[in-house]
Parts: sequence; structure tokens; C-alpha cells
Amino acid sequence: MGANLTVSLEVQIEMRLPDYTLNVAFQAGDAPLSILGPSAAGKTMTLRAIAGLERPSRGRIVLNGRVLFDSDQRIDVPARHRRVAMLFQHYALFPHMTVAANILFGLQDLPPAERLARLERIVSQTHLAGLQNRYPRELSGGEQQRVALARALVTEPEALLLDEPLAALDTHLRAQIEYELLQTFQAYRGATLLVTHNIAEAYRLGENLLVLSKGRIAAFGPKKEVFTRPASLEVARLTGCKNFSRARAIGPHEIEALDWGCRLRTVQELPATAAGGELRVGIRAHHISFVEPEVPDSPTSGGASPPPENTFPAWLVRSSEAPFGVTIYFRLDGAGEGSPEYHLQAEVSQNDWRRLRERPQPWQVSLPADSVFVMGE
Amino acid sequence: MDAISQDLSPLWISLATSVTATAITMIAGIAAAAWRQRRTGPLSPIVDAIFLLPLVLPPTVVGFALLLLFGRNGPLGKLLLGVGATVVFSWPATVIAAAVVSFPLMYLTSRAALDQVDPHFLQAARTLGVTEWRIFRRVALPLAWPGVLAGTILSFARAMGEFGATLMVAGNIPGRTETIPIAIYFAVEADDLRAALRWSAAELGISFVLLAALYYWTHAAGRGRARWARI
Repeated sequence: MGANLTVSLEVQIEMRLPDYTLNVAFQAGDAPLSILGPSAAGKTMTLRAIAGLERPSRGRIVLNGRVLFDSDQRIDVPARHRRVAMLFQHYALFPHMTVAANILFGLQDLPPAERLARLERIVSQTHLAGLQNRYPRELSGGEQQRVALARALVTEPEALLLDEPLAALDTHLRAQIEYELLQTFQAYRGATLLVTHNIAEAYRLGENLLVLSKGRIAAFGPKKEVFTRPASLEVARLTGCKNFSRARAIGPHEIEALDWGCRLRTVQELPATAAGGELRVGIRAHHISFVEPEVPDSPTSGGASPPPENTFPAWLVRSSEAPFGVTIYFRLDGAGEGSPEYHLQAEVSQNDWRRLRERPQPWQVSLPADSVFVMGE
Repeated sequence: MDAISQDLSPLWISLATSVTATAITMIAGIAAAAWRQRRTGPLSPIVDAIFLLPLVLPPTVVGFALLLLFGRNGPLGKLLLGVGATVVFSWPATVIAAAVVSFPLMYLTSRAALDQVDPHFLQAARTLGVTEWRIFRRVALPLAWPGVLAGTILSFARAMGEFGATLMVAGNIPGRTETIPIAIYFAVEADDLRAALRWSAAELGISFVLLAALYYWTHAAGRGRARWARI
């Protein structure tokens, strides 16, 4: 994107809060960064500190070479001089001003002609034409968000911070608004940070992912890396993984899952230090699939093929139907329906579920080696 | 006798005094509220107590304090004498008395109204690069306006009814410092019950209209806030 223009936001802050101490250090560039974490993890506080609405106890915040905050040098640039725009969860549109007045609010120091030119540009860019004279209360949730974005972007900020940008919207609006946000991010040249507690949203909207838990960084990196190779049990959980087992390394690519009672091949190379030590193995519910039983005399199969890797017999414990998918809870050891505990859970489509239900148990379940990940404690 | 009782000067003096005092109180009260909202320190309770004293002290005590301050030998009186002005027992004294006595009402109501404004509006404004003064003028004050207006009406009503402090510091000079409440007092003293009744009816009418307006505005304001709250 930006040819020779590099965007950089460096954040290193420590902040004592009533319930925990927020302590984070990370960088962000042009690529949108999703900050994911449960409520009260310090996500919003991090954004507010960058925007200059909260003062950290210690630390340093640098945006494109400009020091915004430095506790050692006693620098604390006020919010209005930071050129950092923030989109609040409920947008905070000024209720007594029209859409146009809201957008123009941050442009008072510009000559009138420039103001109007910018207003016109942003109005067409954010598809607000025709709404300029409306009041916020007369707009839909999606329109309100576009106005809030327009009001923020029209000041040409160097960083854009979004606090739960989709949380205030009705479910049926979210996909559309999410798509619009993605387009906005692509056009915007500046550091983009967004906070969410929704795993899918964090993944779709961000390039990089920062996972926060109780004020600490649990994981930080490109989103694919964080999702496929969670560094810890906590990160795996926070990114939505449901299946875990204690494990023991057997070889560089083989592990014994103690809670599930099976041996698994892994694509991931096991750390040498792990030999003998306690490990955890995990797999996401969506990565588990059920395979067709082998047909012994199939004319196409050339003799006795070896059993496919990481495939085990599975017995259903219970199932839970959602409108478009089914969660299957199962065990690998012969105990079936009525067992108080299950080993793993898998997500399958309604179609697959209908076919699977007809088959006799045990079913054949596959835990693909490239989806199995191993973590330290 | 009849000519004097037909004299409308107490009405004009009362109105002029209350309008001027309310204008002063309004600016001072809003400024004090905004200042106290932003800055809290160890001395805040003391400052608040000083601001609210005129509300709880007997008006005679307030009047006496003003007399000491603005009198010939008072610190402010001397200062004013230096530029050739005496305040005590003149029309400005009625204004000062009314302003001081109505100030706490203005301060309290505008403080409450400013505190009601959702801080997210102010924070959003800050991230847009706007000065604090402009945020106050264009965001905080308009959103707090219904409450500020209620405070203004209450202050005006209080100024209209001011008696004790005014009598102490401005006296009873017909045509100059004689407001309606003072006219009532001296009419009763002089056994002129018809005049007392007439002025009392005037006070009653004015107060009633003010309170009706207050109810109307706070009611409309309540509806306005509910509308905004949904956003």
C-alpha cells in the first residue's frame, strides 16, 4: 500500500487499575491490528491511553516519530494535539448537531472553502449523501457509525482507534458494516487498532492480532500464526479453541494425548525441551471431520491401504443443534451416550449431521495432523 | 398618599435588579460550575462550602457581611471609593445583594446539569483536536442547557424575592433601592394594607409565571434528554 510512507505506532505502557495492572508493549503499522480479549482485559483502556484520554502510570507512546507520551521525559501531549481519532462503542455523536455539523466539528481551524471541500469528499466516501441535515437520532445504527467514522477521518488522523465498532449494531447489520469497515481500513493510511471481544470479528478485520488477558499480552503476531499455533493454553482458549488434552511427546512429530487416550501425528515439530515434560495438545472444533467408513472390497482401492493418519473410532456422547450447524460431543474409548464426560467436540454442518446420524457407531473421526497444535503449559 | 401608592417604581427597580443580578449570577455560576467540575483538589470542599454559604445563611448575615465588605471602611468599599464610587445604599447594592443570594442556586443547578453530560461526548470532541473552550461552548453547555436554564429561572425568582440582605446593604430609598419586597414591608409598617396586598399579588403573579416556565422547561428538557439518550 503506502509506497514510501511508513506508519508506526509504538506503545509501551504500564497502568495501575483497580483490579489489575495493565502492562502492554507492541507496535502497529499500516496493517490493522485487532485487540482481542475478554471483558476487563484492558483493551479499551489501552486505546484510551493512546488517544490521550487516560494517563498511564509509566511508559512511552510514539506515533510516526512523534512522542505522545513519555513518563521519563514527562511528556504528555493532550488528546487534541495527538492526531489520534477514536471511534467510541456508541459513537458519541453530538445529539444536538446535524450530521454535517458533527463532521465539521473538528475542522474549525481550516478556511471555510477547505472545510466544505473536505465535508463533501468524506460524505461521498462514507455514503452519507442526503443525510447531512439529519440529526443523529434520525439515523440507523449503521448510518450513525458511518457518521462517527466520517467525523474521525475528516480530521486526517495519523491513527484510528475503534472500540468495539460492531457491538452496538443489530446482528443483521453487522456483516454489511463489517465489510464497509474493511474497505475503510484499506483506504485509510494510518495505524488502525480495533478492540473486540468477538473472535471472528477480530480475525476478519485485523491483519495482526494482539490477545490481551488481565492486562497482559497473551499473544501478539500475524493473525494466522496466532490462530494456528497458539503459544499457550490461554491463547488457544481466548481464540476460541475448545479441545485440549494433557500430552506427552513420543517423537519429533508424534505425541500421546493422555486425556483422549490416543497417539497423534503432528506437522508441528515438537520442541526438543518438551521430551518427557508436560505438554498440551489442542485442535479446533471446526478442524475435526468424520470420514466415510472403509469399504473392504472397493474395486478402486488397490489392496489394503494403511489406515489414514490420526483417525480414530468415536462414540457419540451428545449433540447440540444450532440453526446451521451441529456440535457433536464424543469419546474415543467406547463409552457412548450418557457418559458424563466427553473427550472432544466437533462442529459439522446440518447436512453432514444427517448423514452421520444414519451410520452405525463407532464413527471414524479424523484429527488432521496439520490442525493439531502443541503448547507448553 | 394615593400618588405614592400608585408609584410603580418598586416593580421597575425589582425587575431591573433581578435581570442584572441574574445575568451576573448566570455567568459567575456557570463559570464556577465548569471550573469546579474540571479541577478537584484538597481545597474543593472548602470552595464548595463558600459557594453555598449564601444559601443557608440568614439573609441578614449575608447583608451584614456585604456591608462590612463594601462599607466605607471595608476592603472593597475603600477600593471603590478610590475610583469615586460608593456602592452601599445605592441601586448597585440591590444588585450585589440579589446576585450573591441567588448565586448558590445557579451554581448548584448548572453543576448538576454539567455533570449529567455523557463524558464520551467531551472525549470524542477532544480526539477531534478541538480546544477545551470550544468543547465547553459547543458541546457541554448546549447539552446541559435545560438544567442551566432551570437554574437561571430559579435564580431570577430568588433575586425577585430578596429582602433581608438588600435592606441591610441598600436600605429603603424609594425610587432608588425600594424593591417590591421592601415596599411590602414598609407598607405594612405604615399600615397601608392595600399597597401591601397589591405588591404581594404582584410578587405572587411573577413567581407563579416563573415557576410555570420552570416546569415547562424542565419537562421539555426531560423529554429532550430521553431522546438523546437513545443514541
